[in-house]
Amino acid sequence: MSRSHADRVVEAGLGLTALLSGGTLLLIVWFLFEGAKPALDFGMLGHLFGDGKWQPGSVRDPQFGVMSMLIGSLLVTGLSILLAAPAGVLSAIFLSFYSPARLARGHRRLLELLAAVPSVVFGFWGLTVLVPAIDRLHPPGQSLLAAALVLSLMILPTIALTSVSALQAVPVAQLQAAAALGIGRPRLIWSVVLPAAWNGVGAGILLAAARAIGETMAVMMVCGNIAQIPASLFDPVRPVTATIALEMGYASAAHKSLLYAAGLLLVLVTGALICGMAFRRQTETSLPRSWS
Amino acid sequence: MTAGQLFKNHFPLRLCHSALFVLLLAGCSKEGDHTKTVTLTGSSTVAPLVADAAKRYEETHPEVRIEVQTGGSSRGIADALSGLADFGMVSRNLKPEESALQAHRIAIDGVCLIVHKDNSVPALNRQQIIDIYTGKIENWSAVGGPEAEIVVASKAEGRATLEVFLGYTRLDSADIKADVVVGENQQAIKTVAGNPQAIGYVSIGAAASEAASGTPIKLLACDGVAPTSEAVAKGLFPITRPLQLVSKGVPSPAAQAFLAFLTSSKITDLIEAHLYVPVAR
Amino acid sequence: MVLRRPVDCLLGWVGGLIALATAGAFAWILWDLVRLGLSQVTWGFLTGELSDGGRSGGIGPVLVSTAGILGGCLFFAVPLGVGCAIWLSEFVRRGSPWARAVIGGVDLLASVPSIVFGLFGMTFFCQKLGLGFSILSGGLTLGCMILPTVIRTTLSAMRNLPSDLRPSSAALGLSRLTMLREILLPSAFPGILVGITLGIGRALSETAALIFTSGYATRWPASLADSGRSLSVHIYDLAMNIPNGGANAAASALVLLALILAINLTASGLGERWRSRQTGLRN
Repeated sequence: MSRSHADRVVEAGLGLTALLSGGTLLLIVWFLFEGAKPALDFGMLGHLFGDGKWQPGSVRDPQFGVMSMLIGSLLVTGLSILLAAPAGVLSAIFLSFYSPARLARGHRRLLELLAAVPSVVFGFWGLTVLVPAIDRLHPPGQSLLAAALVLSLMILPTIALTSVSALQAVPVAQLQAAAALGIGRPRLIWSVVLPAAWNGVGAGILLAAARAIGETMAVMMVCGNIAQIPASLFDPVRPVTATIALEMGYASAAHKSLLYAAGLLLVLVTGALICGMAFRRQTETSLPRSWS
Repeated sequence: MTAGQLFKNHFPLRLCHSALFVLLLAGCSKEGDHTKTVTLTGSSTVAPLVADAAKRYEETHPEVRIEVQTGGSSRGIADALSGLADFGMVSRNLKPEESALQAHRIAIDGVCLIVHKDNSVPALNRQQIIDIYTGKIENWSAVGGPEAEIVVASKAEGRATLEVFLGYTRLDSADIKADVVVGENQQAIKTVAGNPQAIGYVSIGAAASEAASGTPIKLLACDGVAPTSEAVAKGLFPITRPLQLVSKGVPSPAAQAFLAFLTSSKITDLIEAHLYVPVAR
Repeated sequence: MVLRRPVDCLLGWVGGLIALATAGAFAWILWDLVRLGLSQVTWGFLTGELSDGGRSGGIGPVLVSTAGILGGCLFFAVPLGVGCAIWLSEFVRRGSPWARAVIGGVDLLASVPSIVFGLFGMTFFCQKLGLGFSILSGGLTLGCMILPTVIRTTLSAMRNLPSDLRPSSAALGLSRLTMLREILLPSAFPGILVGITLGIGRALSETAALIFTSGYATRWPASLADSGRSLSVHIYDLAMNIPNGGANAAASALVLLALILAINLTASGLGERWRSRQTGLRN
């Protein structure tokens, strides 16, 4: 392979874009750290982890515990993935192997649109439709369950769309070979298609999980926003993002830096989880072919 | 070798690039003949009103440009202190530690308690409100309502409406035992409208306007005073808050002129259209 | 074909039901919007100025600002994202520490809450770089936000190219640059387009990142240095701050959905045409 001067210039230029892209994250983490610094300087770290409650505005008994909110973020995200991942993959299987092609194309357009509905619209729909329904089962309605349901509806399109493409990227020859052996369709999907497509499906789920943990507006409207570790699905929770959105515009300087600290912690915890997954999977994931 | 050459022959990419180049050029041509800019930032409650007033003001003062940005009362205070904004918009009284700022009141807003339309509870007094919000009363039957558990909706820490509510009940934010915490007024209204057992507190104007257009909520009288604009204007209603602009030092002449406009009777109709109560002058 | 065994039937039914439920939920949301807002959507609404805090009047200036924000966002995110993805797929070994670091950073960037992007944009673009509340600040902030989407999709489009493309073009004696320009990029173009489309969807539906950066102004923007609210910020303000703003909020949401549908259809049409022109390059 020849390496002309132009090649090297382009390589350097592209390397620079990569550096900038990766650097954006560093810039944001640094910015969060700067914001959180006053709180960390005052030795608030102990309070962040040690305090049981979050009542930064209280005069009598201020407490700054963020653990329940971090757990809230993870619970809401985990539960919504638990709901959306099987649903997304199953509907992708349906669209790729069971439904007529026209229907599948139409449904895909619909999923693309669903993926672009503003979160305020999801939030209001959840608040006016879903929450009253859950309230009839068990008050107050605003709950872990409501948040997980709204969120899973928001991330399902991502999972379903990536899964459809991953399933379709499995070479036809493999399917024909398996079919020739007389393997039934469910078996074929389970032992031939899914293993081959797993990388793409996994990447889609990771992208969806990232979206879910960062989602703010829709969750804030339906989760109830009580900073506690929920005892049941019907209890309210408060993720970190909701706290930042609710309080940032109204926080005094000290309170504000606590919110930055909470945001920083969320990013760090997410980073640890992503690293953990990357190490466990060894090979990094990539989105499937022809993602269109 | 440039990026442009790299992408030659590929029409869509080239199109992208030329379009974006034009955009960049447009971005470089900074604002032209507007010499005087007045910037206001802060409370999302005050911003829509001031934005409409600014539009009216600009019609008669084409040489002035008024920038209105939202983001919350605390942002208004911070921006006024740092000089980033000529005025901060604030929807509560200033705290002692914010005494470096001058406050200019432009309107008043009442805050009342709301319940679902089907809730039969007639009215609440201050002690009952305190008992409900501190968890001493947990069933509507204790205050003359139906046999049902109370779902308490409160506002998030730092929100101006919460501060006003705490001032009225003389509670600390740690005393409030809420089942649901909400942010903006509309979220509180939708929460109560969707839950027959819920109670919340919001702007009287917003609640009255939503109730009039069919949202199933009911405004409760408070200490025997009906929640109306007249009661707020006369100073009879017990829970009110000022909507005000704050500034540090002497504002610029352009800013002072706009402030004079905002505190004049020329925007009384706008204040009423935004469902707040004009300051008695 | 295969016999319809019980498991097969079950799988089809369950998958179908889930697809139906998703479609149902979407139809429900859409119906709510149509019921509340469709009667408001007129030509005057699309081109007129706002009045009474947005309760009446149109969304003309908002649409222009939205276009400006989106333009700024793509101007930043597309060259950077596509460049980064090309570098990752063509110029570093897969799994090398550099590649891992960049991909890890990009994945983590995807999970940063949008409101954090907003605060970051306010501090960095508006204040540090002195851009102020402007359409440009908002666009750049959104650009940072959709970067992971663009990089991830472009990267997979590049990696999923037929594996014999690279050795064959090397055997023809093509330089790396020529191979990239003449063969790899054209083949991957439809995939890249999908990534950009997804990014556009994400950018158009974003609220929290824009309230603090491109701001709240409702006048006709004269340049990218002006503040201007995007459609989604407008929807948020009408829904959350303006009593009885629901009808115009729903109408604006319908316009937003129509806009996204149009962009998606155009992009997929463009992708299809490109693909059919390039079929010679596919095996």
